[in-house]
Amino acid sequence: MPDLGLTHLAAGIGAGLAVIGGGYGIGKLAASAMEASGRQPDALGDIRTSMIIAAALIEGITLFAEVITIILALK
Amino acid sequence: MFNSALLDSANAHVASSGNAIADTARALAADSSTAGASDVSNGSWIIDHVTDSHVIEFQPFGEIHLPQFPPVHIGGLVIDFSLTKHIVMIWFAMLLLLIFVRAAMRSYRKNALVPRGLANAVEVIVVFVRDDIVAGAIGEEGKKLLPYFLTLFFFVLFSNLVGLIPYTSTPTGNINVTASLAIIAFFVIQISGIVNHGLIGYLKGLVPPHIPLFVIPVMIVVELLGLFTKPFALCVRLFANMSAGHIVIFALIGLIFIFHSIFVAPISIAFAVFIDLLEILIGIIQAYIFTMLTALFVGLAIHQH
Repeated sequence: MPDLGLTHLAAGIGAGLAVIGGGYGIGKLAASAMEASGRQPDALGDIRTSMIIAAALIEGITLFAEVITIILALK
Repeated sequence: MFNSALLDSANAHVASSGNAIADTARALAADSSTAGASDVSNGSWIIDHVTDSHVIEFQPFGEIHLPQFPPVHIGGLVIDFSLTKHIVMIWFAMLLLLIFVRAAMRSYRKNALVPRGLANAVEVIVVFVRDDIVAGAIGEEGKKLLPYFLTLFFFVLFSNLVGLIPYTSTPTGNINVTASLAIIAFFVIQISGIVNHGLIGYLKGLVPPHIPLFVIPVMIVVELLGLFTKPFALCVRLFANMSAGHIVIFALIGLIFIFHSIFVAPISIAFAVFIDLLEILIGIIQAYIFTMLTALFVGLAIHQH
C-alpha cells in the first residue's frame, strides 16, 4: 500500500539527512581540534578530552533523529 | 499489510470452504505474522532482540521463561510487576558492581594506605568522578552529592557494558530505564537548586538579570521549558546511543542470513567486531557524559549568577 511505502521512504531519507548533519558537525570539530593541537602540542590531552565530549554531544543529536527514523521504519 | 491480507483470505476460507484449506491458510498466516521466518529482510528479528521480553534465550541450550505476576491495582494505577529480560539484566549489572566494589573494599582492609590491584582501579575512577566531574562543575558543595554521582556513574557504566557479554542485553537500551534515571536527575537538580535559593528565589534566578523588559516573557517560557528538556535530552541521548549500536551489530550479522551465503561471513564478522569495540568506547563515554551533564546542571542550579 502506498502509505507504508512512503513511510519507509521517509525513514531512509531522514536517516541520510541526519547523518549529513552529524558528519559535517563532527568533521568540523575534528578539523579544529587537529589544528589546535598542531599549534600547541602541549595541550593535546585537554584538546582530546574536549573533542570526545563534544563529539558525543553532537552524536546525541544525530541519534535523536535516528530514533525517529527507526520508529517510522517499523510502522 | 501482507499478513492482514493473508488473514482475511484465511477467514474467508473458514467461512466458505472445506477444513483442510482453511487450516493450512490459517497456519500459514499465523506462522508468517508471528515469526516472519520466510522473509528475514523486514528486520523484525532485530527488534525482537533489542526490545524487552518475558523470555531469556539461551539458544541452543533452551530458554528461561521469567515468572509473571498479575497486574496490581494501586489507587487507579495498574502496575505490572512481572519480571522481564531487562530487569534481570539490571540485577546482573548490580551484582557485578557489588562484587567488584566489595573486592576492592576487602583489599583496603589488608593494606590500609597503599591500594593495590582492583582497589587501585576503583580508586582511580572514584577520584576521577570526584575531582574532574563534581568539583569541576559544582565546587565544594558537590561533596554532599558525591554518593549520588558515584552511583549514577557506576550504574550507567556497568549497565552499558553488560550488554556486550553473550546472551545478555543492555538495560539502558530500554527507554523506561533511562527515563527513570533522567527523572531522578531532574529531582536532584531541582531540589539542590531550591535548597540553596528557596523556591521563589530559584525560579526568579532562572531568568538572567540584566535584559531588556520586552524579552522577559520569552525568557521565562524558554527557561521553564529548559528545565524539562535538559533531562529529556539526557534520557534520549543514552537510550539512542545504546540501542543504535546494538541494532547496527545485529544488522551486520543478519547480512549473512539475508544473503544466504557463507562468503559474506568474514566481512560481516569483521565489521561486527569493530562495531563491538566501538560500543565499549561509546558505553564508557556515554556514562561519563550523563554524569558530567547532570553535574553541570546541578552546578548551574546552585550557582545561578
